[in-house]
Amino acid sequence: MSEQSKPARPLSPHIQIYRWTLTMMLSILHRATGVALYAGTALLAWWLLAAASGPDAYALVQEVSSAWYGRLVLFGYTWGLFHHMMGGIRHFIWDTGRGFDLKHVEIIARITAFLPPVMTLGVWLAAYIYPGAL
Amino acid sequence: MADMRTPLSRARGLGSAKKGTEHFWMQRVTALANIPLMMFLVGALVVHAGSDYTTMTGFLGNPFIGVVMLLLIFSACYHMRLGLQVVIEDYIHGEATKLLALIANQFFTLTIAVACALAVAKLVIG
Repeated sequence: MSEQSKPARPLSPHIQIYRWTLTMMLSILHRATGVALYAGTALLAWWLLAAASGPDAYALVQEVSSAWYGRLVLFGYTWGLFHHMMGGIRHFIWDTGRGFDLKHVEIIARITAFLPPVMTLGVWLAAYIYPGAL
Repeated sequence: MADMRTPLSRARGLGSAKKGTEHFWMQRVTALANIPLMMFLVGALVVHAGSDYTTMTGFLGNPFIGVVMLLLIFSACYHMRLGLQVVIEDYIHGEATKLLALIANQFFTLTIAVACALAVAKLVIG
């Protein structure tokens, strides 16, 4: 396929030709966060296995997760989780046959884009504020 | 009239996936389950953000927490296996590479599930 340059037929345009829209970005981000969450479950397994292994193994998890880079990854993971979750709820709404008209598509898209960062900040504020959390 | 089979019985089991709507259905069922399960995990991590080893293992060692953790592990791993399968089928077109990627997907998700489940089991049973 890649060897054939310029096929003698019209081809459907690929993504770079379209104007970027919010719904398009959300669709791409839904898949991207899905893949990121997939890879990140290795961290969940590491955390649980370390807890099951003993204090020394767990100390390493605590060291990495409290370092700036660990916090950064976990912060990103929190957002990815909420973004994917909101995207999933959006699909559940569509599954009922509702919300397909352009007006509602745009409204739901804005909510889906707006809520996850708010939820992420809320969760991290709660984690820092919660008594005994630090 | 050589063929006495009904049209349905001849059609059943055909098609590329041979599973009908199972993929779609399980994708949605696990997605629905993941919402409360992940909210639970996030909540637990917020409460235990600064907990030491003893407090954390005590929490994870609670059988009630263990049940929720196991459900979370299996639902999440099932869901992500289905999800990545679609991603692989969409982007990888070489038949051999695609098959290898699909098998790797099965291996990875099952490994994560077994690893997490074993850890939770040890934390609960001791």
